[in-house]
Amino acid sequence: MKPSRFKYVKPASLDEAFGLLEQYGDGACVLAGGQSLLAGLGMRLATPEVLVDINGIEGLAGISLQGGEVVIGALTRHVDVLSSRAICRYLPLVAEAITHVGHTAVRNRGTFGGSLAYADPAAELPACAVAYGATIVIGGGSGRRSVSANDFFLGIMETALQPGELILEIRFPMQRDTQRHVFAELSRRHGDFALVGLAGLVSLDDNRRLADARLVYFGCVSHPRLASATSASLIGRPIPLEDLDEIKRCMLQDLDPGDSPGMRSETKLALAAVVTRRQLNALRETCA
Amino acid sequence: MRMSSREPEFEVAVSMVVNGEPVSCRVSARQHLADFLREELSLTGTHLGCEHGVCGACAVRVDGQVVRGCLMLAAQVHGCQVETIEGLSDAGVLADLQEEFLRRNAAQCGFCTAGMLLTSHELIEQGRCVSRSDIREVLSGNLCRCTGYQAIVDAVEAAMTKKVGS
Amino acid sequence: MTTVVSTAGFPVSRVIGERIPRHEAKRILRGRGRYIGDIVLPRMLHMAFVRSPYAHARILSIDTTLARACPNVVAVFDGKDLAAICSPVIGVSANREGHKSAPQDALAIDCVFWQGQPVLAIVAASRAEAEDAAQEVLIEWEELPAVVDARQALEDAEPIHSCLSDNLAFEHLVESGEPDAAFSEAAVVVEREFFFGRQSGLTLEPRGLIADWDDARESLVVYHSHQSPFQMQDIFSRHLGIPEHRVRVIAPDVGGGFGMKLNVYAEELAVAAASRLLSRPVKFCADRLESFVSDTHARDHWVKARIAVRGDGRISAMEIDDVAAVGAFGMPMRFNIAEGMMAINWCGAPYHVENYRGRTRSVYVNKNLIGMYRGVGIPIAAAVTELLTDLAAKKLDMDPVEFKRLNYRALDSMPCTLPSGLPMDGCSFHACLDRLMQAMDYDALRKEQAELRRRGIYRGIGIATFVEPSAYGPPYYGPTDARISVQDGCTIRLDPSGVFRCITSITDQGQGTLIGINQIVAETIGVPVTHVEMVSGDSGASPYGGGAWASRGMAVGGEAALKAARDMKANILKLAAAITQAAIDDLDIVDGNVVSRQSGDSVITLAEVGRIGYFRQDTLPEGCRFELSVTCSHVAHHQPYYTGNGVQGVYLEVDQETGFIKLLGVWAIDDCGRVINPLMVDEQVRGGIVQGIGGALYEECVYDQNGNFTNATLADYLVPMAGEMPDIHVGHIETPEHSTELGAKGVGEAGTIGALGVIWVGVNDAVAPLGVQLRQQPFTPERVLDAIRDAQAAAVGGVASQACPQWHAATAEQA
Repeated sequence: MKPSRFKYVKPASLDEAFGLLEQYGDGACVLAGGQSLLAGLGMRLATPEVLVDINGIEGLAGISLQGGEVVIGALTRHVDVLSSRAICRYLPLVAEAITHVGHTAVRNRGTFGGSLAYADPAAELPACAVAYGATIVIGGGSGRRSVSANDFFLGIMETALQPGELILEIRFPMQRDTQRHVFAELSRRHGDFALVGLAGLVSLDDNRRLADARLVYFGCVSHPRLASATSASLIGRPIPLEDLDEIKRCMLQDLDPGDSPGMRSETKLALAAVVTRRQLNALRETCA
Repeated sequence: MRMSSREPEFEVAVSMVVNGEPVSCRVSARQHLADFLREELSLTGTHLGCEHGVCGACAVRVDGQVVRGCLMLAAQVHGCQVETIEGLSDAGVLADLQEEFLRRNAAQCGFCTAGMLLTSHELIEQGRCVSRSDIREVLSGNLCRCTGYQAIVDAVEAAMTKKVGS
Repeated sequence: MTTVVSTAGFPVSRVIGERIPRHEAKRILRGRGRYIGDIVLPRMLHMAFVRSPYAHARILSIDTTLARACPNVVAVFDGKDLAAICSPVIGVSANREGHKSAPQDALAIDCVFWQGQPVLAIVAASRAEAEDAAQEVLIEWEELPAVVDARQALEDAEPIHSCLSDNLAFEHLVESGEPDAAFSEAAVVVEREFFFGRQSGLTLEPRGLIADWDDARESLVVYHSHQSPFQMQDIFSRHLGIPEHRVRVIAPDVGGGFGMKLNVYAEELAVAAASRLLSRPVKFCADRLESFVSDTHARDHWVKARIAVRGDGRISAMEIDDVAAVGAFGMPMRFNIAEGMMAINWCGAPYHVENYRGRTRSVYVNKNLIGMYRGVGIPIAAAVTELLTDLAAKKLDMDPVEFKRLNYRALDSMPCTLPSGLPMDGCSFHACLDRLMQAMDYDALRKEQAELRRRGIYRGIGIATFVEPSAYGPPYYGPTDARISVQDGCTIRLDPSGVFRCITSITDQGQGTLIGINQIVAETIGVPVTHVEMVSGDSGASPYGGGAWASRGMAVGGEAALKAARDMKANILKLAAAITQAAIDDLDIVDGNVVSRQSGDSVITLAEVGRIGYFRQDTLPEGCRFELSVTCSHVAHHQPYYTGNGVQGVYLEVDQETGFIKLLGVWAIDDCGRVINPLMVDEQVRGGIVQGIGGALYEECVYDQNGNFTNATLADYLVPMAGEMPDIHVGHIETPEHSTELGAKGVGEAGTIGALGVIWVGVNDAVAPLGVQLRQQPFTPERVLDAIRDAQAAAVGGVASQACPQWHAATAEQA
């Protein structure tokens, strides 16, 4: 399982990178963390002409606080997200999700931006980005632009990135004090991609009713997006949740699991319902 | 060993330090780090079990962090410090772990062993004592087909207790 | 190391039975293992195969022009090129009338029969370049209908091989007593259908070999990641027409075998043939993707079985009908009909069953070949038996443990003959069960289970009994005419400085057979373990033997070593007596010295014996004859195998909303006769259990109806990892094998044989209150949920249908 022949270039700047991407077009693959790319190259799923290694470009890694936002550079390694106090404090959903991303060796190299750009429907971080309403800042030959996370993921491993563009950073609004996060992942083994996952932010009013909900599913969807019908159906409901029928009807609208070998669409929906109920009901244990 | 001329456009010049020794050469751009170490430097202690980044047998250290050698290109370690099972063994860094593995029969066929040692070592170096189930979680990116994992968990627990105290 | 006091009053070291670590592990722990992928020979070339993407197809044309033009490609061979110098293999057993198979060429000619069958062999300067060339090959295929369902293959499908009349490889029937009468008279009858998924043998180190043909010496050396160098010496010799004494097969460090690396792979002959044609070493190391489609698979059975029980709780009959899908060809030497045969031969073995019928049909389908893999059919026998006995007990309102106690064959009722006609001896079912009950605190678990059930938490307890026939002897393999050595040999040589080399035909892939033999030799001669150096794996350098399979290392290899060590000791004492003029009867060897039994004093060191024996024979009396190198072998002439046994227990929880299963604890009490090294045995049992857990919960080769293997990557084919495995408690009972001096039986497969079934029994026990029975392994969450939903629909009186969404089950439970 050796890759096909390719050339390797390591641009020192964004401009150089954009130039190379434009020059090679479809023949270029971008190398960031490489944790997904290299496996695919070995299987000859991709046979690029050139690999553009962007790991040498300054200023693309790091976590900073800017105004009310947490800004994560695209090349920030998962291991640094894992150990970041800022993430723990201001983006606890990401802090929990990151522990489910692969294993230590993969987290040492994998990047935040890479996970979003790769957009595996079973990945955790894209769902977190949507749940927080993050903004994805994209750079290209013709300048920068911003896309909201909810508009960024378009289909199975398909994003709003245009040819020649790179994710530069992801800007997260800090989690509000009234917000609680919910995260759950069902996978056969620790570190596997999720069969069904839920990343969300909710808030409860004084009567322990859901006042706000932003639920995003992964694993049982073609791409992460706000489960708007499901989220809306939760508003005003007390926890523990009583009647789930309407919620499940809304989930049918929001989720499009499709069949996979070993798990039919309806099974995924059933699991999603179980996960939703359990995670929301678990909030009562940690209620003030 | 090549029978016809190399193709320079598919090669990269790299310099790195491997197990404390400087290495400078041209590498095939497509050669992954594990193959480079094994084939060009004869450091065969790092093994290939899948080449899709799942089994963990190819673990090596790059700039002090454990990585999957099959998921990095040799070209990517230009300017880096690379350490393999051989170098870390010779440096004595793994001695306690190796002793516990030996005593508990945590290495049978040995193919996963380098990966298990490097991954466990990184855990122990963090300096905290963690539970058996946490040890299992950390090791869950390393496939062992022989042992049933228990002897390995026992060995890691013992080495960790020794280093950190219970 | 235990020190006991001898009858003469001075300390004697006992090492047999001690937990002694493996000497080989030291270098492996430092990264100094030497596996096939690590070996480089001068002028060595690399091979890659072009494999069929189709399960069944005709090859219409092959164009290798572009491939040959690729950089550093040395040769592209097709089936006809290699057939000119390499004869096809055929996996048919001589003593099984009606057993049929198509012959299998090293590379497919004209037709391919499974997705992954190799068609071309490309040899280049590097593996990457061979793969580059493989991409440039143009093959025109005519896709043919694929037969993938075994029962359909039997009933209404075309034979997949035109040279065969149908897809039946072999059918075997065993019958004893009057099963039909027993079933009609029974108080309780339980009948069930079971599906055992197809697994891949999956070693962490993929298969590989380097074939090195020397045309000057007309000899072939093969470095081979294989469990039996001798078997392969024979295969390479016969199929390539090279005299056997000019074929040498050397197994270096092998990264796991488990039976998968025991088989004969036609494609491995291609590597040797290529080397012969090119007169250069050729290396082939399978990569993980091709491992999935070419390493042998295992299991893949459909079983219908039933049990009849009398009113007093005693089993009166069992019946099993087994269909095993063996893939596209018979397996040469290691006949894959064994999966089905073992399933019906060993069904019911631990119990008194007077009336029995078993039928197995091995069937050809367009899938990869089934080969040997840990347990070979006996996990199926054990699972089916324990599932049926568990259900029968419950139907009678008896605790399954009491049911087992009542029906087990007692140790003193053996030797006995099974309904299949096979003998069984020395099995300690009652003792193992009693010990298991203690170890897992069975009563406490039952109490906890009942309490949690009231709270809607479904935990299950599974108990599974099994027999492990090991160390097969001549009556078993002999009549098949397979040239498989069931004897093993051991040479012990005294080196002049007083230490020993022990060269054994047994091989070790990490299970610890070499340290075990080391211990036997050391204790028997009377020297420290560190004074014996083990050598193995080279068919040109050791006595002829079998290698590693059927858990024979200690039972057979150890016995040979024991004999050789005894003879060596006798020879040394004879020489020592001649040198010192002491009375030979007064001499013994203790801790590396020749001592007087009377006084305990050292009479002469072994180093001195060696020095004189090798260099100063001039000082010895005239006519003094001695040999300082001894070879002995062991074979059990008339014994088909040694029977080990055990019982396993599991405690698990089924989440009935998600279908996920969590293992809370596993216990195994094993009787493998005399335990030579518990440190080795315990982790072998654990490793075997984890492989059984793999088959029960995770591992499945998922083929679609066109014969495509759809989950053939390590990300999609799930193998157990540390995070989901429980701690496994292992205990031992020792009922020594009485026909050997050592008393050891085999144990390598015990874990797997019991685990496949114990999980099944445990899961069914967990979900029994929901009226659920799982029928198909592995127990994916969806299968569990479907079974729960089906049971609930049945309870409500409706007909379960796949279109009925899971919603209703969840909603009903909410109400």
